[in-house]
Amino acid sequence: MSNNNLIIESSPQIKQFDSTRSVMWAVSLCLLPAGVWGVWIFGLRVLGVLIASIISAVVAEAAMAYLLKKNILNILKDGSAFLTGLLIGFNMPPSIPYYIPIVASVFAIMVVKWTFGGLGGNFMNPALAGRVFVFFSWTGPMTKWTMPKTLETVDAITNATPLGYLKSGLLEYTGSADSAARYLVETGYPHTNIDTGITAWLNTHMGFSLSDGYIDMFLGNIPGSLGEVSVVLLLLGSIYLFVRKIITWEIPVSYIASFGLLIWIFAGTRYSGGTYFTGDVLFHLFTGGLVLGALYMATDMVTSPTTRLGMIIFGVGAGVLTFLIRIYGSFPEGVSLAIILMNIFVPMIDQYTQPKRFGVQVKKEVK
Amino acid sequence: MKGLKTFNRGGVHPPGKKYLSENKPIKNAVISDLSVIAMSQHLGSPAESIVNPGDIVREGMLIGKSTGFISGNIHSPVPGTVKEISDIYLPNGMTSKAVVIEMEGEFDRLGKESIETNWEHLSGKELIEIINSNGIVGLGGATFPANVKFTLPKGKKAEYLVINGVECEPYLTADHRLMLEKADQIIEGIKIIASIIKPEKLVIGIEINKENAIESLKEAALRADLPLDVVSLKVKYPQGDEKQLLKAVTGKEVPSGALPMEIGCVVSNVGTVNAIYEAVVLGKPLIERVITVSGGAIKNPQNLKARIGTPIRSLIEECGGFTEEPVKVVVGGPMMGFTIYDLDTPVTKGTSGILALTSREVRGAAQTACISCGRCIAACPMGLNPTTLFKYIDHTEYDSAENIGLMDCKECGSCGYVCLARIPLIQGMRLGKRMLRTKKVKA
Repeated sequence: MSNNNLIIESSPQIKQFDSTRSVMWAVSLCLLPAGVWGVWIFGLRVLGVLIASIISAVVAEAAMAYLLKKNILNILKDGSAFLTGLLIGFNMPPSIPYYIPIVASVFAIMVVKWTFGGLGGNFMNPALAGRVFVFFSWTGPMTKWTMPKTLETVDAITNATPLGYLKSGLLEYTGSADSAARYLVETGYPHTNIDTGITAWLNTHMGFSLSDGYIDMFLGNIPGSLGEVSVVLLLLGSIYLFVRKIITWEIPVSYIASFGLLIWIFAGTRYSGGTYFTGDVLFHLFTGGLVLGALYMATDMVTSPTTRLGMIIFGVGAGVLTFLIRIYGSFPEGVSLAIILMNIFVPMIDQYTQPKRFGVQVKKEVK
Repeated sequence: MKGLKTFNRGGVHPPGKKYLSENKPIKNAVISDLSVIAMSQHLGSPAESIVNPGDIVREGMLIGKSTGFISGNIHSPVPGTVKEISDIYLPNGMTSKAVVIEMEGEFDRLGKESIETNWEHLSGKELIEIINSNGIVGLGGATFPANVKFTLPKGKKAEYLVINGVECEPYLTADHRLMLEKADQIIEGIKIIASIIKPEKLVIGIEINKENAIESLKEAALRADLPLDVVSLKVKYPQGDEKQLLKAVTGKEVPSGALPMEIGCVVSNVGTVNAIYEAVVLGKPLIERVITVSGGAIKNPQNLKARIGTPIRSLIEECGGFTEEPVKVVVGGPMMGFTIYDLDTPVTKGTSGILALTSREVRGAAQTACISCGRCIAACPMGLNPTTLFKYIDHTEYDSAENIGLMDCKECGSCGYVCLARIPLIQGMRLGKRMLRTKKVKA
């Protein structure tokens, strides 16, 4: 007598908790706090940008699933299109016209993801490729920034992100500031009272000697892409991902460490009278898309290496490229380009970092 | 924990769930009226049935004769009449001839005092013959005929005899209970094997989650004055796999494609050692074994000593039946075991556990495409790349798969356990290996 309700399946008969679906939705969930912060400081319009990019990504995914005769609901449930849309929204300036994130999402899903076979097939991070596509297509709107409402200044000195402000300013700067943060302070880049207060407290009570501005950058009181600004909330979200082991340390740590190291060594030399080993590491870690990129986008499983050593090489490569673009390139920011360039190297990295097999001696050349 | 030995590559940590049954002493299971004894319950060629319908058999009588170098003898677990010779499905999906015996008459051993015989004057050859004629196979899961394992190739010497008391499969506690309740017998069994293969060192590896078993064996070895090195091992799956165990206790790696003998090691499971003791000292063939009946859907998980041929249904009923409808009934451990749909499937020599699992334990999810997370690569204890292997096999490129080590795969299930996309990796590996083997036979 047999029981037809019993599942017949190949071993192992038990599985670990997570699945593709749960991982994708967990990452989206962990991005939520930083997204809410963006909506709060840049205004409700930003919510529209996020919704536009998410809905267009999901619709594009459904359309592709329909065209390729896949089960649309199953495809959408895996959450990858939602996450791509969300990340595209995160990478948009707050004042972006709605059609741009829509184009980015459709391009990301239809061209970058599905021409290579959909989930798991793409070799490049769809969200970043989508962002870079619209960045070069509409450079104007993609580099038009909005001041957060916590940082509205009377003279409206600038609407540039700290990185952009630094990049364009340094070209003709001959003053005495020798680090990024001090340059911003000296040339009157605005900062909030919260920043001044906390910095003063840290300097008097905790023995630091910080310039003004770091706290704003850390909390997210700076202009920038709508989801990238709040370093603290992005870090908080990632704690959950680390604890659940959805992301592992290899890529973020090697990325941030190699980038930070290079900044420390070389960034100081960009100032008149600057020397090696004086680079402003905190400034570069807290600004631009570095934290968002290193924690949430370079770690995209599909487009990163599969072995631990490979992940470290990938992270270091992204760190080096980000450093080169930011410090010596013509763009103020290099995270997206660095990651998608490294994405291209992934198959090669994987090929050279295969694990050492058990019981197989590596043959050494005998002289 | 510091200082504990383990293997160095891969491995996973599934929930152990041993607490369900580890404190339940081994209990004799009710003997079923009808026993179905498969003729293929060991690795190698099936035994040939030497009885016919209508024959009267006695308890422990030979009913299936070993048919080759790698094969095993099979004995009747009960006295009775042969009802029929039928074809049955084994848990692994293979078919086998089976002798169906209706119990009647008197038991020769059950309930009677067993006489201990002195074996010390016997030669290695005679001992191996006893092991062979009593149908002893490896009870750790692979059911490799023990007599073949202990016949060392000419000119080879055993440096280590490693006893496997790891029991790394979640849920299973049969070996654990044996080590607690039959420590002296196991020590005696180790002496028997040692007198056959004459190793330089005697080692037993036990995972640290069985501290009382470690103590119990240390004391028993002391009582018997046996220089047995009891090694505590880290809890990590698949610590109990032969190659991983040897790496942990000897530091040496069995070369790819070779047997442990290549590095001078012979490995035997504690259950097998106990069976050898019973065969040699008590003259008892392998007609029963300890089985852990457990899982979230079992009312009262237990360790049952059951006769070979007992229907699984009867053991589940003895444990109080199901508390809820299980989604899977598994024969063996959860990592390497097989699902069955027919609860009348009989117990074989390889049945180490019977698990009725709920959906909360199984944690199924929708299968998606591989998202290259790399978890399977990190988990593989053999240093293989399961996702690439699977892709090759999926594209029928079996030779490419072989080139990157497919034949090293032991189907331990670590990759499948961690797979986010729920890809049936092990099923793929089995298919690939089978295709390669068939190809070689044809060539």
